[in-house]
Amino acid sequence: MSTTAAETGPTGRQLPDRLKSPLQRFLGSWELLLLVVAAGVFVLNSFASPYFLDPWNLSDATFNFTEKAMIAFAMALLIISGEIDLSVASIIALTSTAMGFAVQLGADTPMLILVGLGVGLACGAFNGLLVTGFGLPSIVVTIGTMSLFRGISYIVLGDKAYTGYPSDFAFFGQGYVWWVISFEFVLFAFLALLFAVILHQTNFGRAVYVIGNNPVGALFSGIRVARVKFALFLLTGLMSGVAAICLTSRLGATRPSIAFGWELEVVTMVVLGGVSILGGSGSIPGVVIAAFVMGMVTFGFGLLNVPGIVMSIFIGLLLIGVIALPRIVRQVLAKRKV
Amino acid sequence: MKLWKSLLAATAIAAVSVASPAQADDKRIALVVKALGIGFFEAAAKGAEEAAKELGDVEIIYTGPTDTTAEGQIEVINALIAQKVDAIAISANDQDALVPALKKAMDRGITVISWDSGVAPEGRQLHLNPSSNPLIGNMIIKLAADHLPDGGDVAVLSASATATNQNTWIEEMNKVKGNYPGINVVATVYGDDLADKSYREAQGLMQTYPDLKAIIAPTSVGIVAAAQAVSDAEKAGHINVTGLGLPSEMAGHIESGASKSFAIWNPIDLGYSATMLAYNLATDKAEAAPGADIPMGRMGTLTLNDSNEGAMADPFVYDSSNIDDFKDIF
Repeated sequence: MSTTAAETGPTGRQLPDRLKSPLQRFLGSWELLLLVVAAGVFVLNSFASPYFLDPWNLSDATFNFTEKAMIAFAMALLIISGEIDLSVASIIALTSTAMGFAVQLGADTPMLILVGLGVGLACGAFNGLLVTGFGLPSIVVTIGTMSLFRGISYIVLGDKAYTGYPSDFAFFGQGYVWWVISFEFVLFAFLALLFAVILHQTNFGRAVYVIGNNPVGALFSGIRVARVKFALFLLTGLMSGVAAICLTSRLGATRPSIAFGWELEVVTMVVLGGVSILGGSGSIPGVVIAAFVMGMVTFGFGLLNVPGIVMSIFIGLLLIGVIALPRIVRQVLAKRKV
Repeated sequence: MKLWKSLLAATAIAAVSVASPAQADDKRIALVVKALGIGFFEAAAKGAEEAAKELGDVEIIYTGPTDTTAEGQIEVINALIAQKVDAIAISANDQDALVPALKKAMDRGITVISWDSGVAPEGRQLHLNPSSNPLIGNMIIKLAADHLPDGGDVAVLSASATATNQNTWIEEMNKVKGNYPGINVVATVYGDDLADKSYREAQGLMQTYPDLKAIIAPTSVGIVAAAQAVSDAEKAGHINVTGLGLPSEMAGHIESGASKSFAIWNPIDLGYSATMLAYNLATDKAEAAPGADIPMGRMGTLTLNDSNEGAMADPFVYDSSNIDDFKDIF
């Protein structure tokens, strides 16, 4: 996807006679590499555990990544535009706390959804305002709001928990649409499609890429950079709200430690999906496949009762490996040509 | 390509050999803890292995998340449901959030019990408490009385005046103090579970009651502070500090003689009992119902109350004879 100077090799830039066909582009793409990894993980898992290939088990496994992936879609756009939001997990905590509070006041399910989406949006707006309004670096702002949002939850809840969510609220995190297909999975698939269209088929999506590659150039081409970035922060806050609704519904309870540490898993998912952490390139299909890879690795290791810390190490190695491999291959190929 | 294929095959074979269960007909009991890498739970796992050895046909799966979060435990529970384990014995990070996942486990025929840190009644078949309030109340005064054959003045250094646990234990202690003739409880003071305040309160007790023979501190903060105050006043050996504490924090004071003994639950016994209970329920040798007595091997039987909870045993007593075995554990 990316066309940086490193890719042209030491021989200098040569203009191709014709552009690569879509098939050729796909064969050399990050997404294909990820697909191979995903297939490998799937095959290894089926060999490693007799319990892996069971529709219900696979369905349970999707819960390991659906909520994180919903945020990862919005985060992908944000990172492509050159910004980042590290407060997403804390937005979940604050949103979930607000919903729990609303339940104490007698809110019903539609009201809870409104509260969830509203608080998520408000948090996103707060981040967006600080970054675009005051020109502060997003990494600093969102490290601050990461403590701020979760801190409010801790002040409100302390060591207590909100429970007593209405029984029909449980559908969002525990309900099934058809057979083993959960509501969360359907929502995940729908959002994947929606974000793919937004990023790859709309002017807004093109603007996101342009801003990530050259914000000054984008400004001079008439793109309202601040407005687009603000919208992306809103979107990330909104998706954190959606994830908070699903997670709260799945747990049926809110504690201030909810979703602790998710921001790093979401960013890992995005980067593993081929989005450049420096901005400017990446795709939604990549993030979708990365979500599956991470979910299957966690579940596969879980089936083998591998301790969680080993899983983290493996995800870390996978991330470094998948990112390093194409560069190493490119360097080796470049040397051969000389 | 050839290299790739052989690599893949090798990995697959390695993975399969790792995964192969010990015996197909073994009962697989999962001991799920709040987080891996905590000494207390590693000790509980030791107890579970001991129970498994005694039972013979049991495989223990010791597992848990990396952080003490409910979401992490749910991922673990989902993986255990998928493996169709026979029983899950869990120390919960959240008594409510785990209920849906554990309900699902029970729906699929898995025995679920909680131990140490409980789950709401609808999410488990029984809960194993390490001890009970009457047992703790009795134990803390017994610890003081054991080293005072001729009786004497003792004082209580509690946490805060509003601490529910400590108040209940002291109340229970007062109920049974008639059984320990000669033991005279002269005062109850509050250190608010703050090290410096507890230290000053302990100093105050020593000044106000020159004949004081023992300080009972049913709090892990208070007992350490009181032992320190006694050491600093060079009264180790004259005043015995006892109560509830952690072996790792109390080892030095046992050595110096400021504390002759203290009590807390034994994690090894807890893991052992949880495994025995899970086994007996999973093999239909016992049924969890209010009033039921469920055997748990060398730890006797567990009697369930109306909400299917039971207390394992008296708090375990730590003194110079066993402190070295436990001080590195928790």
